[in-house]
Amino acid sequence: MEKTWNNKAWFMVLPVLVLVAFSAVIPLMTVVNYSVQDTFGNNEFFWAGTDWFLDVLESDRFWDALTRNLIFSAIILTIEIPLGIVIALNMPKKGIGVPICLVLMALPLLIPWNVVGTIWQVFGRVDIGLLGRTLASLGINYNYVQNPLDAWVTLIIMDVWHWTSLVVLLCYAGLVSIPDAYYQAAKIDGASRWSVFRYIQLPKMKRVLLIAFLLRFMDSFMIYTEPFVVTGGGPGNSTTFLSIDLVKMAIGQFDLGPAAALSIIYFLIILLLSWIFYTVMTTSDAQG
Amino acid sequence: MARINLEHIRHAYGAKPTSEADYALREVHHEWNDGGAYALLGPSGCGKTTLLNIISGLINPSEGRILFDGHDVTQLSTQDRNIAQVFQFPVIYDTMTVYDNLAFPLRNRHVPEAEVDRRVKEIIEMTGLGGWAKKTARRLTADQKQKISLGRGLVRSDVSAILFDEPLTVIDPEMKWVLRSQIKRLHRQFGFTMVYVTHDQTEALTFADKVVVMYDGQIVQIGTPAELFERPRHTFVGYFIGSPGMNVLPAKIAGNTAAIGGESIALNFLPKIKPGAKTELGIRPEFVLLGREGMPVAINKIEDIGRHKIVRARFADLPISIIVDEDGEIPAEPRVTFDPKAINIYADSWRVGEEA
Repeated sequence: MEKTWNNKAWFMVLPVLVLVAFSAVIPLMTVVNYSVQDTFGNNEFFWAGTDWFLDVLESDRFWDALTRNLIFSAIILTIEIPLGIVIALNMPKKGIGVPICLVLMALPLLIPWNVVGTIWQVFGRVDIGLLGRTLASLGINYNYVQNPLDAWVTLIIMDVWHWTSLVVLLCYAGLVSIPDAYYQAAKIDGASRWSVFRYIQLPKMKRVLLIAFLLRFMDSFMIYTEPFVVTGGGPGNSTTFLSIDLVKMAIGQFDLGPAAALSIIYFLIILLLSWIFYTVMTTSDAQG
Repeated sequence: MARINLEHIRHAYGAKPTSEADYALREVHHEWNDGGAYALLGPSGCGKTTLLNIISGLINPSEGRILFDGHDVTQLSTQDRNIAQVFQFPVIYDTMTVYDNLAFPLRNRHVPEAEVDRRVKEIIEMTGLGGWAKKTARRLTADQKQKISLGRGLVRSDVSAILFDEPLTVIDPEMKWVLRSQIKRLHRQFGFTMVYVTHDQTEALTFADKVVVMYDGQIVQIGTPAELFERPRHTFVGYFIGSPGMNVLPAKIAGNTAAIGGESIALNFLPKIKPGAKTELGIRPEFVLLGREGMPVAINKIEDIGRHKIVRARFADLPISIIVDEDGEIPAEPRVTFDPKAINIYADSWRVGEEA
């Protein structure tokens, strides 16, 4: 078939271009704009160059928050990915159990972030919360408002509760796409349960696992609403993640320049780490 | 290698079969000889895959027993039955190399590594995948993958039987031919008992010594390709085997004459028919002779397929197919005669023999 070239076709992409410009490019550019200038209000701006970037990169506050972010994401991923796989493997493959399990699994995903935060904030309170009161009556000294470790445990359990379902659903989708013949052939080849997982199920889940891993990494690295609602970044600064710090800086202190610089650094870190993970995982896939 | 006996096997997928119609597989009682090559032929949904899976143990039959060399294996799991099975779509373990794929069934059975190496190398040589041994199996083409599926069965020297479930469906036509002859050669060389499921009559007729034709959950005929062609036991076999299938025409049988519409045809035998049965006359298009003599027909269409012509016509107002030689003459006022030796008479769809 002969191809027709018509440059007017470019006009077809114009609406999307305009939308993306307004939703992403222009806001991002204003952030770039703020990050290289200083202002004292009155809409007067002074050139600041890379000062704000250097400020941010030299502050302990940034590195501490970044470390917290990395530790949080690492813990979240090491719990949610294996747990999600185990749950997906044990979900029923047919019958009435399938829709029931799927709905139950999807429920946490449907709850808005701030509601999840509020649920756990109340649930964990020592004075009125079911969890807090129960633990207190068992003689366990749990208080996420005062104890940093308790605050972390609460946030992690909350995130696991909220997001493991996503991993489960993705893995389950990968599992049900495996034709029966694979399991039958494995039986005929005398494969053990572990071999079936290692050589059939895991390879078939690889792609969805990559997506689950990236989504969970990005989401957990950008976490804001839940810790903001539950702990507000405390006790002290122990749960102050980059996003919380950023909002404090931009809205609490109205330091637009450093906040803009931090935003860009934050964005680049996520982009870089996601790209590294993606590259590492897909190249190992190509070699394997 | 083993002789396989199926004793009164019946299978229903539902929990409590109440009527005959609930059975996916109606009674099958049959012996597969040691070293035989059998084809299970039938349309989709006739129960042939069910029967195959019952032999391999992937399905437990609702009723009946399976014996391998006289030992009851009905309750044994697939692993313990020592069966190899090749599926419709090639099953390979993508993350493993070709070598590891072939070694997998042996290693699972804790065969010593030296023996594994010897067997796998033998199979790699046999399948002509030498250059691929150390490479990952994922990049192979469909027919190479299917060879590995097959190889994983052959690598176990002690298998009781090799079962094929439409293994060439996803293979290109020319590779189909090559793989089929390889399978046949392996059969001659090693004498495995082979059961080959297919809905393709050419595949069945070229592969097997004995073809088992299944229809609607039961075996309707077991025979050599020639028997199926000349003496179909059931009108279904007549339709299903042959291209085009047998002409089956409703006929009234009185003594040794068959009346179709206004025409009467003399039979060279006296069929034994129970009163009240629905009677039909079957004749293959190859044995309907078109010429200037005999009974009149009206020609609708002539399909020239190269080797010969297929004439679609109406005989006594019933559709009939006739095969004419490529250079055969088609007269202006066509008439037909039926070769009396090739006429089969059916009562209620089953072929009837001669009156004793």
